[in-house]
Amino acid sequence: MTSLDRQQAKNFADALYQARRTRTPIDPLTEHLPDLGMEDGYAVQQLLVERLVADGEVISGYKLGLTSAPMQRLLGVNQPDFSPVFASTVHEDGADIRVDAFIAPRVEAEIAVTLDADLSGPHCAAADVYQATRGLTAAIEIVDSRIRDWKITIADTVADLASNGAIALGSRVVPLDSLDPRLIGMVFTKNGDVVATGAGAAALGDPLAAVAWLANTLAPLGAHLPAGSVIMTGALHAMVPIQAGDTFRAEFDHLGPITLKVVGEEE
Amino acid sequence: MNKTELAERLIRAASDRVATTPLTDDFPDLDVDTAYTIQDTVVEARRASGAVIVGAKLGLTSKAKQEQMNVDEPLYGWLSHDMHIDTGEPLVCDRFIQPRCEPEIAFLLGEDLSGPDVSAARVIAATQLVFPAIDVLDSRFAGYSFTLPDVVADNSSCAGFILGGQGSSPTNFDMRLTGCVFEKNGSLIATASGAAVLGHPATSVAWLVRKLAERGQGLTAGHIVLAGSMTEAVAVEPGDVVTARFDRLGTVEISCI
Repeated sequence: MTSLDRQQAKNFADALYQARRTRTPIDPLTEHLPDLGMEDGYAVQQLLVERLVADGEVISGYKLGLTSAPMQRLLGVNQPDFSPVFASTVHEDGADIRVDAFIAPRVEAEIAVTLDADLSGPHCAAADVYQATRGLTAAIEIVDSRIRDWKITIADTVADLASNGAIALGSRVVPLDSLDPRLIGMVFTKNGDVVATGAGAAALGDPLAAVAWLANTLAPLGAHLPAGSVIMTGALHAMVPIQAGDTFRAEFDHLGPITLKVVGEEE
Repeated sequence: MNKTELAERLIRAASDRVATTPLTDDFPDLDVDTAYTIQDTVVEARRASGAVIVGAKLGLTSKAKQEQMNVDEPLYGWLSHDMHIDTGEPLVCDRFIQPRCEPEIAFLLGEDLSGPDVSAARVIAATQLVFPAIDVLDSRFAGYSFTLPDVVADNSSCAGFILGGQGSSPTNFDMRLTGCVFEKNGSLIATASGAAVLGHPATSVAWLVRKLAERGQGLTAGHIVLAGSMTEAVAVEPGDVVTARFDRLGTVEISCI
């Protein structure tokens, strides 16, 4: 924690807000204040979220990031990060995604968890998440960085809504029943070629444990996960850059496929 | 180049547990076809001393590994009965030079399979059971430093294999999507689904059958085929426990001593 004061945090939130609006990346916040850490990032994120909500954005759920050991090592942390997801950024299966709506978009396939009961920390365990889960959905997250060239430290990405750009959700919410989310396999193809495979355990060992971590992390902030929340539990593979003309398909065992088409400006 | 001498060098490296240098250091022109002939010589010599061939394994079945080795096809080697570690038995590290483990799906064939036109569908139809499996690699070349002909001659690093305690029918599910979670000492090494193996593990086995047909060989009922690794390999030493959990197929685990 550094001496990031309220005015500096507000200035950073304003800069990220403008970067989102104009789709023009900004320099890393840590170029101005090199000692910024994760908590500073959340302070900026909160101001940015307040401003977006004041604009009329509605929080429909959350995304988790940095849910794999290699990504945590890359950013020098030993925990994931999170951000609210806004309803205006949620796409359906088969959606066209305009590449020019983003700055430097990349995609990752994930398992989304939909809750049908409120979930609160600080003593939430994976078994509590199991009880509160309506079902699992095939999902793709479009990640994007408002920080130039993805030159992010942990503070930068946390402030920048955990690098969330948009999400796409399949239409099926598949009940957990006897499914083990850790073992659900996934094949990710780009224009028909397999670019990655993975299984649910890639997300913090267990997508349900990832949701429990989120509930426990929100608790000291006075927040909880309300029924109906959709939580993106983290990538099952390394993120993949996208270009206009690409078609991405993530096919999950038990959950089915989800497809995204990336379109350019003229289409 | 004396193929018999090269085969003996590899057999000696395995029995002495002392790694040798790549054959291509001495014979830079060694090609893959000749390497398979050396492999055949190695396997024949082991059979002559009592080893029974129980199946085969594939390697370089992922695009990433093929690109790493600058090749565009997998490779194979032969499994013998003395490589089989039964479920519940330990992996005895000092039987090997530099053992590594990989999670795989194993096919137990209920019918003979041979010929140049065998497809993945034919493989599935001929398969009696599939098992979760761990492939134990042991390169006879120091530090796994080799070119493609070297590793082919070295029976594709075949050294051991473990099948999980539960066999499943290969029908009624799409092995392409089957999830795999690979752990060492309880820590996640990697996850994957079946498509990591040449798009579908049965496609990998079909490639093997067609490749064998080029050399007038084939697989027979009762053979076990390890279809290729789902993830990168992990080095093991005494005290390690390696676990591969598969959706629908169950778990296979090995303790290293």
